[in-house]
Amino acid sequence: MKPPPFDYVRPESLETLLSTLARLENAKILAGGQSLMPMLNLRYVFPDVLVDINRVPGLAGIRLEGDRLRIGAMTRQRAIETDPLAAAHFPILPEALRLVGHRQTRNRGTIGGSLCHLDPAAELPTVALLADATVEIAREGGTRTLSAAEFILGYMTTALGQDEVLTAVSFPLWHRPHGYSFQEFARRHGDFAIASAACLLALGPDGRIERVAIAIGGVGPVPQRMPAAEAALAGTRGEPEAVARALGFCDALDAIGDFHGSADYRRSVARSVLRKALGDARDRAAAAPTGPAQ
Amino acid sequence: MNARSIALTVNGRPVNGTADVRTTLADFLRHSLRLTGTHLGCEHGVCGACTVLVDGASVRSCLMLAVQAEGAHVRTIEGLAGPDGELHPLQTAFRDKHGLQCGFCTPGMLMTLVEFLEENPDPAEAEIRDAISGNICRCTGYESIVAAALQAAAEIRERRR
Repeated sequence: MKPPPFDYVRPESLETLLSTLARLENAKILAGGQSLMPMLNLRYVFPDVLVDINRVPGLAGIRLEGDRLRIGAMTRQRAIETDPLAAAHFPILPEALRLVGHRQTRNRGTIGGSLCHLDPAAELPTVALLADATVEIAREGGTRTLSAAEFILGYMTTALGQDEVLTAVSFPLWHRPHGYSFQEFARRHGDFAIASAACLLALGPDGRIERVAIAIGGVGPVPQRMPAAEAALAGTRGEPEAVARALGFCDALDAIGDFHGSADYRRSVARSVLRKALGDARDRAAAAPTGPAQ
Repeated sequence: MNARSIALTVNGRPVNGTADVRTTLADFLRHSLRLTGTHLGCEHGVCGACTVLVDGASVRSCLMLAVQAEGAHVRTIEGLAGPDGELHPLQTAFRDKHGLQCGFCTPGMLMTLVEFLEENPDPAEAEIRDAISGNICRCTGYESIVAAALQAAAEIRERRR
C-alpha cells in the first residue's frame, strides 16, 4: 500500500461534483490519475479527499462547434490521438499526443488532467497556449471561461479555484489546411522533454507567411509563446535570415536549470527543436493543397 | 481502514471483494485475489510491469485505485492462455524467441502487446518498439521481445484468415 490515507468520493453528476467541491477542503480531483497517482504513491501530496470525476457524465467527448474544436476535460489522451476530427482539423494535437507518456498512460490520462497538473514539460499545455485555446471552468452557481494564457499562472499553478473543475478545452481552428509541427527532445522515448517547440503556420497566396504561432515547452517554469519570433517571421517567406532572426529570440527564453541540463543548455535545445518545427510547419503548409480558407 | 466493497470481472469471472479506498488495482489483484502474475516494479507508472487490460485498454494497475475498477472487465496475464492451458500466440512466441530472461517485465510486455496486436496485427518493427516503449526490460535488450512480437503478429494474422 503506497498512498497515504484519504477519503474517496465518486460523484455521478456534475451538480453533485460541484456541490462536493464547494463543501470540501483539501480535496484533490482525480481524473486520469497518471500524475496524481504517482504523486500519491510517492507521498508528495496528502489530500484529505479524492474526488474521482471518472463517472461524471458529459465531461468527455470531441466535437466541432462552429469554428472551434471542443474537447471535454475527461477525454482520454488516446481518444484524442486517434480521433478523426482532431486529425482533420487540429493535426498538431495527435502529433503532440504521440509524445505524451506511453500508450498505457494515454489510455487513462486526460486532456483536462494534463492542463490542471501543468507540468512545465507537458505537451498539452504548450499546445493550448500555442493555439490560444480557452478553458471552460465550472463551480457551484457559475461558469467562467479563461484563455490558456490566463489559466496558466506559474510553475504547476493554474487559475483553478479549490471549488472549481475544468470541464472543457476549446481550440479555435486555423485555416484548413495549415502547416503545423510539434518537436521535442527527451532523453528517452516518453520522458518529459528537455525542450519542445510547437508551431502553427499559414501561408498566403503569395507564399509568404500570413500567420504563425510559436510556443516552447519544457524550458521555463511554464510554456512560453514567442511573440517576437512570430513577428520576425510574419510576412517573410521563411528565408534562412528570417528563421535565424526568429531562432535568436530563444536566447531570451525564461529557462530553468536542473540535473537534466543547465538553463543555457535548455535554450540551446529549444533553438534546435524550434528550427526543426519551423521547417516542418513551413514544408507542410507549402505542400498542403490550397483551398478556400475555412 | 476506509473499505468499500467492489464487484468487477477478472479474466471473465465475476469477483466480489473489499478494498481500502487507497488500495491500488495492482495490490488488489495481487493481495486480495492472489493473482500474482501482475508484477509491481516502480509503483509510480514508469516501468510498465503492472500493465493489465481494463475494459480492453492497457493501463498501469499501480496508477488506478481498486475502487475505480468497480464494474470493469479486467484482464491479467493469468487470463491469457486458453481454459485448456493452450498458450496465447504471444506466450508461444516469447518462449520460441527467448523474449524473456528473468521474466519480471514479461506480464506487462504481454498485456501491452495483446492490446497493440489486436489493433494492429501487421505492425512494422518500429511500431512495436513504440508500443512497448512504456515497458522497461533490463535483461533482453528488447531485440528478442521485438522478434517475438513479430512472430506472434504473424500467427494472429494466420488465425484470422
